[in-house]
Order: sequence, then C-alpha cells, then structure tokens
Amino acid sequence: MWRETGQDGVPVLRFDRVSVSFDEVRALNDVSFRVYAGESRVILGAAGSGKTVLLKTALGLIKPDSGRVWVFGQDITEMPESELFAIRARIGVLFQEGGLFDSLTVEENVGYPLENQPSLRCPPDERRRRVEEALRFVELEHTLEKYPSELSGGMRRRVGIARAVVTEPELVLYDSPTAGLDPITAYTIIALIVKERDLRNITTIMVTHRYQDAHFLAGFRWDPATGRLVPAPAGQTRTRFMVLREGRLAFEGTRAELEASRDPYLMKFVRREG
Amino acid sequence: MLDFLKPPVVAVQEFFLLAGRTFRNLFRRPHYAGDIFLQMDTIGVGSLPIVSLIGFFTGAVMGMQMSKALQQYGAVGQTGQLVALTMVRELGPVLTAVVVAGRNAAGMASELGSMKVTEQIDAMRALGTDPVQKLVKPRLIATAVVLPLLTIIADFVGLFGGFVIAYFFLNLSPAQYWNNAWQSLEYLDVSFGLLKPFVFAFVVALTGCYYGLSTTGGTQGVGRSTTQAVVSSIILIFVMNLFITRIYVSL
Repeated sequence: MWRETGQDGVPVLRFDRVSVSFDEVRALNDVSFRVYAGESRVILGAAGSGKTVLLKTALGLIKPDSGRVWVFGQDITEMPESELFAIRARIGVLFQEGGLFDSLTVEENVGYPLENQPSLRCPPDERRRRVEEALRFVELEHTLEKYPSELSGGMRRRVGIARAVVTEPELVLYDSPTAGLDPITAYTIIALIVKERDLRNITTIMVTHRYQDAHFLAGFRWDPATGRLVPAPAGQTRTRFMVLREGRLAFEGTRAELEASRDPYLMKFVRREG
Repeated sequence: MLDFLKPPVVAVQEFFLLAGRTFRNLFRRPHYAGDIFLQMDTIGVGSLPIVSLIGFFTGAVMGMQMSKALQQYGAVGQTGQLVALTMVRELGPVLTAVVVAGRNAAGMASELGSMKVTEQIDAMRALGTDPVQKLVKPRLIATAVVLPLLTIIADFVGLFGGFVIAYFFLNLSPAQYWNNAWQSLEYLDVSFGLLKPFVFAFVVALTGCYYGLSTTGGTQGVGRSTTQAVVSSIILIFVMNLFITRIYVSL
C-alpha cells in the first residue's frame, strides 16, 4: 500500500470493500482505498460510474450495504445521524450543482454550517466576518444579499466553494466542480480549488469526468506572490488518481501510471487532455 | 411472483418510518420557530380566502337543498339545524382538509421534491441539520395548528352562507335561523368536528413531506410526486373521515 513518508498511519478517509446498491443496481461494488492527510485525490469516471455515490458514502449520507467506511480514523458505517454531524463539521463539500438553498441569500447560505452545525455554532458577528472572508476568497464579497437564482452558474459554484471552506475543514470533497461550465469559468473554479488546497494544506478529493481538471490539480500549485497557478515540480502536489467503472475501482495510482496504461477505458479519460 | 406488491409495501413502511421520526423529534431540540410561523402563514393565512369562499358556497347550497327537502314536511324553519349539522360534522372539516391538501400537500411535495433533486436535502444533512427537524416538523406543527382554525372559519362562513339563503329566499328571521342552528349543535358534534381536521392535518403534512422527500428522477419526478401527494392525501382524508365518523356514531 502506497504511503507518503512522514505520514502517520491513520488515513483521513478509508473505504474497505464498500458496496452500495439502489434497487438491484450496484452503484459501488467492492471499493477499497485510503486517502492520507495532505493528499489530493482525483476520481475519474463516466456518468453513472458511482462517483457521486462514493462522495455521499464518505459523508455518511448513504449507508453502505456491506463494507466499512472510516473518516478521520472513526468508523462511520453504522454511526447515528446525530453523531455524524460532528464528523461532517470537519468536512467541506461542494455538490454537483452547488446544492445552494434557493430560499436563502448568499450570506445565509455560506453562513449555514456556522449557524447550524451543532459542533460549530458561532455568534452572529463572528459568523458575518467568516462569511465575508470566505466570499472574499472566491471574489464574490459583493453578492451577500443576492439569492442563488440571481447568480450565474459559475458564481453559484463559487458560492458553493465558499460554503464548503467557511468552516475551515480538514477534508474537502468536490463533486464535478466544473460540470456544465465554459472552459474559462472552469479554470477559475479549479484555480480556487488549488488555491484552497495549497494555502491551508487541505486534503482534497475531487470527482470529475474532465481530465483537464485533474491536470491542473496534479501538475500546478498556487503561487501567493503572483496570485496565479504555476507548474509544480513533479510529485510535489501528491496527487493520486482513481478511475471508477460501473461501480468498481478500475484503477488506482499515480498520474504517470494512469497515462502509461493501455486499458481502453482508462485511455478514454487521459486522451481528453489535448 | 408477488414482486408487484413490493413497491407499495415499501412506500407504506417508509411513510410510517418518516412519521415515527417526526413524532420522536417533536419535542426534541432544535425547534425552528421561524420556520413554523412561516409555514403557518403560508398554510393558514394563504388558504383563508379559498377556504372562506368554499365554505360560503357550500353553506348556501346546503341551505337551498335542505329547505327544499324540509318543505315537504312543512319544516323549512329547521333549515339552520341541518346546515349547522352538515357543516360542522362533515363538510367543514372534509372540504377544508381537501382544499389544504390541494394547496399545501402539493406545495410541500414540490418544494421538498425540488430540494431533493437539486441535492439541497443532502447539503442540509452535510451542513449539520436534520431535514426531518428542519423541514417536516415545522410543516406538521403548522398544519396541525391552522387546519382546525381554518375549519372553524369554514364552519362559520358556511353557516353564514346558509343564513343568506334563509333570510333572503326562505323569509326566515335571523333569530329563527341562528337559534335553530346554534341549539342543534352538541358538544360531541363540535369536538369531533375539530378532531377531524387535527387528524387530517397529519395526513396532509406527512403525505406532502413524504412524497417530497422520496422524489427521484429530476423535474419530472417533482411533478409526479406532487400529483401523488395530492391524490394520496385526499384519498386518506376520506378514508380517515369514515373511521372517525364510525367512532362518532357509536358514541
């Protein structure tokens, strides 16, 4: 089993032979992997290959039919919802379409976990300060009073990122952060994800079907001096790749290993780079 | 072989699980008071015009029909009594509940359904709130409070509708109509007339929330669960009404 040197033995996220089914359909089939602190993990796969289900299982939103899931060293497989909140408070998540509450303003949306997460509850003025800080991070501090329906798709995704990182989580999960966005907006979103990762050294798990996104996450780092992404020395970003195929883990390894693969399914993702 | 029975049985089981979880959480913190009042406003104040309108016309129609029947016995003076009994015992509770089911069970199913298919329900759980506490409980409490109140209003407006017919078309004096109506009502009529909307409130709120939260399949699914919520809650209202009336007549 691969392990970064200087890492203690407890993975941030660990799946052990996890299977999830919905009405006869196996969404996840015997999936096992470990993600360690400070690592970036890219999960590639076609639509319906179980990527979203994997993230939701990691959050305890979906209970596996068999197998076990550990988060921060705690077994969450049979944990009751009330105890799961304490675990979820340490995880940031960006849902596929942003998952913003459309009856709440941007400020209320971003402040939602600070207001409602039982282990995080913070007073209104501190909440306001942290919300503004998170929105400044995604460069949307002028949208506090707006409703999600008044924002563009890319802006909604950025508000979603602000909400995911406002709690300063140790692990952030991104579900197809660039799906349905134009290339320029998609680049902005990926740059934010890399920035968040490198500024606070956060464990990042990103689900995507675009190899371009993976390319930036694996090969670039955020340069605070210029405020842009710059190419990172090989291996510095500690990015590992996984490919899901119809609920099964078809590949796990480094970028070089993935690109060297001759498997036609794996090559389909890599070839998109051009 | 009996596989076709599985989906409805699973649905009933899921419905009762949701109901159980809601009842368990009823007195457990946090209580989202703001959401409860917001729902009371949407369900109660929002339904007031249509409930009054329907109450008035039902009362008026009952006044006309009953007076025609009573005419054969020369007992037109008893119109108030029959309008009062039909409104308070049956028509007030059932019609109000059906109207609120049409408006609010549909509203709940489509709102919660849209939240479900856009991952807002998942986001809610991921960000530290239990959707049963935050969404279902306020809707249930609000419906249970306002549906009996709406029924009382519908009953009164219905009696007034009967009075308009009695006064202008049957030449009954106001005192004759109202005294006759008032004295015909017994405590049992009134208490069962208020127990019914209280029970129907659970039917409306839980059915609406259940279909909303079990929505799958995108926007099409939202439409489907909205329809199912209205149809199921109206059927359940009539079935429950039969059972409660059975208890009433045996007392």
